[in-house]
Amino acid sequence: MSNETKFSRRGLFTKVGILFNGVVAAALAVPIVQYLASSVTRGRANGYLSWVSLGRVNEFPEGETRLATFRNPYVTPTDGKTADTACWVRRIEGDQFQVFAVNCAHLGCPVRWFPQSGLFMCPCHGGAYYRDGSRASGPPERGLFEYPFKVENGEITIHAGELPTPGQTATLAFYRKPPCA
Amino acid sequence: MRVIAQIGEWFDARLQLAAPIRDAVEHPVPRNTASWWYVFGSAALVVFLLQLLTGILLALIYVPSAGEAWNSLQSLNHEVALGWFIRALHGWGSNFMLAIVLIHMMQVFLFGAYKFPRELTWIVGVFLLLMTLGMAFTGQVLRFDQDAYWGLGIGASISSRVPVIGPAVVKLLLGGPIIAGATLSRFFTLHVFVIPGLLIGFVCLHLLMVLKLGINEWPMPGRVVKRATYIGEYHELTKTDGAPFFPYAVWKDLFFAASVVLAVAACAMYFGPFGPTGEPDPTIIQTVPKPDYFFLWLYAVLSLLPPSLETPALLIGPVVIILALLLLPFLSGEGEKSWRRRPIAVLTVLVTAVALGTFTRLAEVAPWSPHMNAWSSDPIPERLLTSTTALERQGALVFQAKQCRNCHALGERGGERGPALDRVAGRLTQDQLIRQVIQGGGNMPAYGKNLSPAETTALVAFLQTLHPPGQTPALDASRHSVLGDGADTPPGRR
Repeated sequence: MSNETKFSRRGLFTKVGILFNGVVAAALAVPIVQYLASSVTRGRANGYLSWVSLGRVNEFPEGETRLATFRNPYVTPTDGKTADTACWVRRIEGDQFQVFAVNCAHLGCPVRWFPQSGLFMCPCHGGAYYRDGSRASGPPERGLFEYPFKVENGEITIHAGELPTPGQTATLAFYRKPPCA
Repeated sequence: MRVIAQIGEWFDARLQLAAPIRDAVEHPVPRNTASWWYVFGSAALVVFLLQLLTGILLALIYVPSAGEAWNSLQSLNHEVALGWFIRALHGWGSNFMLAIVLIHMMQVFLFGAYKFPRELTWIVGVFLLLMTLGMAFTGQVLRFDQDAYWGLGIGASISSRVPVIGPAVVKLLLGGPIIAGATLSRFFTLHVFVIPGLLIGFVCLHLLMVLKLGINEWPMPGRVVKRATYIGEYHELTKTDGAPFFPYAVWKDLFFAASVVLAVAACAMYFGPFGPTGEPDPTIIQTVPKPDYFFLWLYAVLSLLPPSLETPALLIGPVVIILALLLLPFLSGEGEKSWRRRPIAVLTVLVTAVALGTFTRLAEVAPWSPHMNAWSSDPIPERLLTSTTALERQGALVFQAKQCRNCHALGERGGERGPALDRVAGRLTQDQLIRQVIQGGGNMPAYGKNLSPAETTALVAFLQTLHPPGQTPALDASRHSVLGDGADTPPGRR
């Protein structure tokens, strides 16, 4: 019997059986992991970002900051209203624009524009930004996120499609100048 | 009766469960554990079962789609008979469950029940706490309203700060580049399949160990736990001073569990369901998102931490806390169990409770948030405008129109982000006021670019009237030598 437990036909088959199951599980794990990681891998191939229109340039008066909305370039059938995104469009003059994400650079709450005091204020933790998006006060460590934009044939388009977050600044322009009174 | 007994025997001959169940319910427990302090674990289990039941009932109507979830919640609240009550039971059940789990944990900690040989019971309990918190957060997301939407944004912003893999973690969390249909679907999967499955498994493990290792005896000062002798001492105790769990101790558990469920039902009936608040439409930005009750303390911490400490605290803090909880039974697996001989344990519980309570209370008031509509809804108190010059009244107008009220209170109304200004003239001289308004500083934005010189003059003239009657405004002692006789007169009256 002791000889059998050391190296028997059954023992070998059991081991091969376990190995077989391991190989099958590993083979099956490949598509499962690919499926689970698809939201990341697609993004890495820059499949989410695209140029989207915010409308005619003359819808945005010079010297003012207006809320604009656009449809997210990557939409799924169950998105409902979450397929739309809002942004703040500041037309400095002519074709000079700044397009800010509504998401506070602190933790992503929607900032509101107060034209009278020339400030963006965040309702969550009290972040405030100047009209050019630079940080004015509060917990944010930086200015508002900006979308790259271009003006063509009287139409303004922005490069958008991802939720702007503090850790992901590679695709979004950093704020340009320090606040100065 | 004979027939019932025969049917019972028929089943037991096949299942063979009667004997182990009888052993389990009648296992001897130390007499002094039949205490009202030992009822929280079973109550947490009963509320968890209530959550399972009400959760299944809600899933009959709820649609886990970003386009339909909010409508299905409205339908539950207003159309389906007693849908509001089931929602309220589930919502209040979650609050009660978290509270009872925390009390249970505190009791276990203070009674030294995590010590040898119950280390693993404690560790499984820590995971149960984390899963309960996970259920609370994912549940808040399933109530797909504005708070849920922006709460997800906050979750994404926090996760994005993880070095290197942050952006990938965000996409994994959201199931795509933005908060949308895929996000709700995966939180539904977590809330309904993944975490409850793990919870059920871990609850079974937790209970199994309670049965195998026996309930922790009432801690006596001086009765010290030693690995070598404890198990023998415990068996001796249950032999000499033990009683069967059923019916000796169980009645207190039964009474408490039923009272808790009754309390959940009473809260549900009286206060109703939570939300949903506004529709989760990202283009509606007139919203003040706030987390649910149990995460309010975190909301406060995130606001009060200095910016430079925030990311390290967010990423390292939870790891340290969880590690400390997991390592606790190994660091103090032996020794005194009684809280009377463990002052640091008592202090830890007190400090944690006071800190959580304070942060929660602060988050309810949220003094750091500007009052977004104070400038248009809170008028300047009349008494501050009587016997003022035209310039000072113009300054009051500037004060209101430039939204200073959003952060500064007058007459106890307005924001609390900045200091109340009712007595500001007593604190700051004219020059200091001008400097503060134009250059900002100390967390105040600079208004230099948004105020004309005339507006600044008027605003400062108004601010200089804000001092208690009979008190003179703050004055720069050097003004006399520089400006001569006109120095005492504010610019508006010069």
